Amino acid sequence: MKIAVSASGSSIDSAVDERFGRCAYFVVFDEKTGDTEAILNDGVNAAEGAGIKSAGLMLRNNVDLVVTGRVGPKAMHALLAGRVAVYTGAAGTVTQTIEQYRKGSLNPLGVPNARSHNGISSMEKPVK
Amino acid sequence: MIIAVASGKGGTGKTTVATGLMLALRDSGHQVAYLDCDVEEPNGHIFLEPQCNESEDIYIEVPEIERDKCTLCGKCAELCAFNALLVTSADVIIFHELCHGCGGCRYFCPVQAVRPGQKKIGIIDRGTAGQAVFVRGELEVGTVLSPPLVNAVKKNQISRGVNVLDAPPGTSCPAVATVRGADFCILVTEPTPFGLHDLSLAAQMASSLGVPCGVVVNKAGDSRGLIENFCLQEGLPLLMKIPLSRTIAEAGSRGVPLNRAEAGWDQMLLNLYSDIEGLIMSERAYGNQR
Repeated sequence: MKIAVSASGSSIDSAVDERFGRCAYFVVFDEKTGDTEAILNDGVNAAEGAGIKSAGLMLRNNVDLVVTGRVGPKAMHALLAGRVAVYTGAAGTVTQTIEQYRKGSLNPLGVPNARSHNGISSMEKPVK
Repeated sequence: MIIAVASGKGGTGKTTVATGLMLALRDSGHQVAYLDCDVEEPNGHIFLEPQCNESEDIYIEVPEIERDKCTLCGKCAELCAFNALLVTSADVIIFHELCHGCGGCRYFCPVQAVRPGQKKIGIIDRGTAGQAVFVRGELEVGTVLSPPLVNAVKKNQISRGVNVLDAPPGTSCPAVATVRGADFCILVTEPTPFGLHDLSLAAQMASSLGVPCGVVVNKAGDSRGLIENFCLQEGLPLLMKIPLSRTIAEAGSRGVPLNRAEAGWDQMLLNLYSDIEGLIMSERAYGNQR
């Protein structure tokens, strides 16, 4: 299973970013191989539909599960349609978050927990 | 002739000026049309009390996918600048609220699996206010895409006579759609730092669109030359001042136009119009030499 964590940087020690649509990177951990890979989120500066763009990125990279903080209505719809599971409660670093998930202490999300354009209010420059 | 009344900041008095100008022109025998392009909150009808006898639904093109033809190649989603489409391994999901109706997905689909659907974005009401033509657009609740509706309102401009376009506030797409193509743009402002800030943005917008503009100060009082200095610096004509007056404010809140609030405004507004005519003529004669 491939697990993606929304993050502010590209390494497994990067801090997580609570925003699904407007995080700088997704760090993807492959449980089967133990490999990690960082995907630059090109939806970060989208005028609209950033969450949908991120969801598309998950699908193209065959991600099975996303751990993040907040997911808006359109992104949630897109992730459910693409059969990507969503978990919330990402905190600390990417490694810590994946550990939390594997211990079973994070909660699955079935409905959106943020409003449209929620990520914009706390928008920062993407970390390069 | 097309005169757009815009502002930058909201609540400065666009509709006061637009309806006042239209009525002054109408009552002095001009052929005139008032077009309410502030489709998110049209309010000119409150002042003009038109008789509307015609209504038209306005649609934009949105994609519909023919599933039996679609190969899920993802080209449509890749192309869409507004992320209105998402292709999964089993389906194409369409987010109509993000679609701007460009038709690009249909045009570029390699297997012609996208057919044009329709989404209603609002209505247009047509009628008359006395001898004047009255048109207004009203955006559908929950719709965010207003420029196509603004353009549909503008299709009703009269070819002979004066069109007064009441623009939405701001300097984003709906305001740009209104001001684009106008012969002149009146920028209504109030003499406050906030008013000045947004006036400067609106002046930049009009100038980028190549539309000559001039300034009307509403709620004018002692503001230490705030707007006057800006106009001097930018070479913008200061066309008229409407004082901060309880009489005018009370009339406005009862839906009484400026012309009926106090004597003398009909003439002031006609003077405004002839100043604008003069500015347009000199712009046409000398504008391209600047």
